[in-house]
Amino acid sequence: MALSRRLLPLLRRGGCLSASASPARALSMAAVPADADQEEAVTVKGVRISGRPLYMDMQATTPVDPRVLDAMLPFYLSRYGNPHSRTHLYGWESDAAVEEARARVASLVGADPREIFFTSGATECNNIAVKGVMRFYRDRRRHVITTQTEHKCVLDSCRYLQQEGFEVTYLPVRPDGLVDVAQLADAIRPDTGLVSVMAVNNEIGVVQPLEEIGRICREKGVPFHTDAAQALGKIPIDVNQMGIGLMSLSAHKIYGPKGVGALYLRRRPRIRVEPQMSGGGQERGIRSGTVPTPLVVGFGAACEIAAKEMDYDHRRATTLQKRLLDGIRGQVDDVVINGSMEHRYPGNLNLSFAYVEGESLLMGLKEVAVSSGSACTSASLEPSYVLRALGVEEDMAHTSIRFGIGRFTTEEEVDRATELTVHQVKKLRDMSPLYEMAKAGIDIKSIQWAQH
Amino acid sequence: MLLRAGGRRLLAPGLRRVLGGGGLLADPVAVGGGRAYHERVVDHYENPRNVGSFENDDPSVGTGLVGAPACGDVMKLQIRVDESSGKIVDACFKTFGCGSAIASSSVATEWVKGKQMEEVLTIKNSEIAKHLSLPPVKLHCSMLAEDAIKAAVKNYEAKKAKLGQKGKVTAAEKAAEA
Repeated sequence: MALSRRLLPLLRRGGCLSASASPARALSMAAVPADADQEEAVTVKGVRISGRPLYMDMQATTPVDPRVLDAMLPFYLSRYGNPHSRTHLYGWESDAAVEEARARVASLVGADPREIFFTSGATECNNIAVKGVMRFYRDRRRHVITTQTEHKCVLDSCRYLQQEGFEVTYLPVRPDGLVDVAQLADAIRPDTGLVSVMAVNNEIGVVQPLEEIGRICREKGVPFHTDAAQALGKIPIDVNQMGIGLMSLSAHKIYGPKGVGALYLRRRPRIRVEPQMSGGGQERGIRSGTVPTPLVVGFGAACEIAAKEMDYDHRRATTLQKRLLDGIRGQVDDVVINGSMEHRYPGNLNLSFAYVEGESLLMGLKEVAVSSGSACTSASLEPSYVLRALGVEEDMAHTSIRFGIGRFTTEEEVDRATELTVHQVKKLRDMSPLYEMAKAGIDIKSIQWAQH
Repeated sequence: MLLRAGGRRLLAPGLRRVLGGGGLLADPVAVGGGRAYHERVVDHYENPRNVGSFENDDPSVGTGLVGAPACGDVMKLQIRVDESSGKIVDACFKTFGCGSAIASSSVATEWVKGKQMEEVLTIKNSEIAKHLSLPPVKLHCSMLAEDAIKAAVKNYEAKKAKLGQKGKVTAAEKAAEA
């Protein structure tokens, strides 16, 4: 009875939407402007909407797959032992579950289970990889090579090493986001201790040429670290084929739980690290602390599902990305894609809409959850450093929006996001003096702006 | 849908009290994490007033163009002045910038209408910021709006002066020819 009472307003409202009376619409949870009388309406950015915003920010985090949650729950409620307890069944079964999960994670990347170490997430892995490797070999290796588009945790760890006296080379990237492999090879010195290049960029979705970089690093005898948080389960990874020495993995980017990740550390040739967490010597001394069994089991389940569904998810994401891009480009012009289109993970689409500022666009997109590379949305009023490294002009960097498509994104969500985005872009362009000047044929770059 | 309907039931009364009966979701500050927009800013964005353009060459129009695309903020504010009374009869704006910048320039156009030119020069950015409850990080948007008003008035006066000079030149030419 309560169900039909809740369904009724949705059916009534169905009339004002493009896909009006279709049965799929009636059961949809997607957000629409709220009627005044609805109690369950939510206020987002100052406007009441009913239902929750469409989630198109898969690079920030992903929903937990229900199958993963099913795998995790017994380890919270009944099999809650500490995996390091050696004296009773609770400990043994917990340990067995951890080892099984370890094997699953390992098999997704072509590694041996003994090479996988569980941590609290990719940030911790990056810290162990960068700081741990360099500190261990601090007598002989004093140089690190990384790129300008790395994740903040890698860049910050490198900056920390610089304060300790190491030298770091931050390689520039080409305008399509890819690193120049020849330039990387030139930058390697006899005292280079680590090369760190992320596999898939979180902001622009560009896929780096891991095999080539791995080959060069193997030839020169330098460990190759890659931050594969966005790549795991989305593109095929083989640590032996790609010559990877260390790899950071994260669970909550592949429909697993938040708060767990794994570090891959090669055994042959053995890469040694100085542990960043002191304690009881768990995880072979690499990372002390109780291994969180439910989270790790969830991570393992997520990896197993990803192994089975990677192909299907990839094809589906490609179709949806094309649908989104064609939908938007078909209705507005002057849309720029940031980053290479060929070497890209399809679930990440970073677009710049010329003459429209990012934060005002986000303000209008109340019913879609996306993120932007605009200055106003970062705390420091600086536009995204990744876009700047691509050489994107500053005014264009202020206009970028990142759409994330994932396993649970539906066509209806993509269509609605397209519709809302196009509507807001058109409205803001009508309000934009830059658009007006561009349409009148004035070259914006030639104007002397009054700075203050 | 089912989840939403069932969720309310499944939540124990105690849990509902903890969440404030859905209050956590309904409270904009909690949702926005303190970066919520003031309703006036949202209002100016949703229902923009005075968006548009006047003819640049029109002698009764003053145009103020301030800011820079590199900073992410550009405001164009135009005023139409009645020559005899010196009163601003109409104003319009176009802005490339965040929601607060759009709202600040929209408020500026509303406030200058019907005022004397000398009067609008006294409009301070702090008044605009207070009216919109701008957080500290957005104060520069109101500053830019104040600059835009001043620039528009300055532009109008410069135009008037130039036209006045042209008028003198043609009169002199006529006198020379005569």
